[in-house]
Amino acid sequence: MKDLDPAVFVAVFREMFGVMYLPMVALFVLGAGALIVAIVKDGGINGRRLIRAEIAGLAGGFAGIALLLWLTRSSLADALGGPIDWLLLIAVWTGGAIVATCVAYIALGLLGVPDPARERSSA
Amino acid sequence: MVSDFKRLSRRGMLAAAIGAGLTAAAGDGATAAVPKVTTKARIVIAGAGAAGLTCASRLAKRLEGADITLIDARKPHFYQPGFTLIAAGLESKGYAVSATRDHVPAGVKLIEDSVAEFSPETNSLRTVAGQSLAYDFLIVATGLQLDYAAIQGMDIGLIGREGIGSVYGGPDAAEATWREMARFAERGGVGLFHRPDTEMKCAGAPLKYAFLTDDRLRENGARGKAELIYAAHNNALFSVPIVSEKVRMLFQDRDVKMVHDHVMTAIDPGKKVATFRTPAGPKEIRYDFVNVIPPMRAPAAVRASALAWQSGPFAADGWMEVDMKTLRHRRFANVFGVGDVAGVPKGKTAASVKWQAPVAVDHLLASIAGTASPAIYNGYTSCPLITKIGRAMLVEFDYQNNLTPSFPGVIAPLEELWVSWVMKKIALKPTYYAMLRGDA
Repeated sequence: MKDLDPAVFVAVFREMFGVMYLPMVALFVLGAGALIVAIVKDGGINGRRLIRAEIAGLAGGFAGIALLLWLTRSSLADALGGPIDWLLLIAVWTGGAIVATCVAYIALGLLGVPDPARERSSA
Repeated sequence: MVSDFKRLSRRGMLAAAIGAGLTAAAGDGATAAVPKVTTKARIVIAGAGAAGLTCASRLAKRLEGADITLIDARKPHFYQPGFTLIAAGLESKGYAVSATRDHVPAGVKLIEDSVAEFSPETNSLRTVAGQSLAYDFLIVATGLQLDYAAIQGMDIGLIGREGIGSVYGGPDAAEATWREMARFAERGGVGLFHRPDTEMKCAGAPLKYAFLTDDRLRENGARGKAELIYAAHNNALFSVPIVSEKVRMLFQDRDVKMVHDHVMTAIDPGKKVATFRTPAGPKEIRYDFVNVIPPMRAPAAVRASALAWQSGPFAADGWMEVDMKTLRHRRFANVFGVGDVAGVPKGKTAASVKWQAPVAVDHLLASIAGTASPAIYNGYTSCPLITKIGRAMLVEFDYQNNLTPSFPGVIAPLEELWVSWVMKKIALKPTYYAMLRGDA
């Protein structure tokens, strides 16, 4: 590769998404916005909700790995070729975990879990 | 259609998983404005494959008022790096097919015809339909010709029959090759792999396909019923010595037998016997499955023109006489040769085009502006050398046979890695299409 220009990565992602590029970027921005709104509304990060969301995050990490293996028609044995493969697996797990944690945190907030009233009475 | 949807879905989900944040954060830098050069120059690009389209896109972005014309009779555009995946049953043939017209940049004319005659002495060319075009600058990006007829008894119609496959023959041929390979991978027998003794596109593909066949046999539990033979055209398996040695080690590990100095000259589909020219005389090898790779030459119109090398190692097959660093014709300064047709020691891959096209375009723009360009092509070529489904070696090298890894110290070029396979499987095709648009 002649040079690693960030603009090339953007162009490649645009090709990867195709017509879904802008909707996916919008979804990402929307998700980030919803997370910020939820945190501001609660006056900070709700610890109990975060713990529950992190449980979903654990599963999300493994789901991310499973997704990439499926997308690339690979097995877990293939994914253990060298140290960089381990790092990729960790990165994918981390990415999946973060996304799943955020999604779960927002979803739990929308569902009112844990119940704010019970939280106040127990406080 | 269903599989197309599946692929879109897979790609979309992957991008959602790994790309949204980066893309959103980076902004739309790929389409950042570049100062344009105003000119009335007539630029003709012969060939609308990877090289022609990439040059057209880059010129269209940089020029205002230029008359840019692409000439290519082929309506479908083929993503050729996908042929190996199709021939291994990992993708359907639609994976590699799009419409040429969909890649033509705005402001560029497309003439759906082929060049019959180049006349660089008069700065003109004539198409098969009889149209004459004059130009101020010419980019020849016609690709190359697969010369199946040079193998006695071989015909493109045989691909997909009698155990004959040929990955290079196009998406249909690649799919037909998969049918024959899949049958062989169930039954076993003798699998025969080789390469021609001419210059060729993606010299890693014959090796990859031997590895993929080995893997399919193992998947089916039929490896013990099969003998795989790789017939190299000279005493090496790959032109880069360090890579050649690594492949030898891997072939030995996978029990692929190697023979050297074997050049296929004839094939007998009835008897399933291929004949090779060797230093010890003709030698026959029986096969149950063979991946036939024909000799490759410059297209007839280039071979017959003054554009071809007149002497030296590239003259016999009519490759274009260009400077290996600038891609500018050595005798006709307003002519450039990019992609497979260029008579340079290496560089018949899409990865080479990604580097070659900006260099040639930069020199052409400098000629218009009356300046000089410092851009140099160093022979860069990349080959994600698949060694099994799920693993590849990301081999990158230059004219000097130096390894030129894009990620030194991170992705080892001679290791069978999943990350290299992941890149081949999901990142290279979008990168290729971004390249066609002049964005990568």
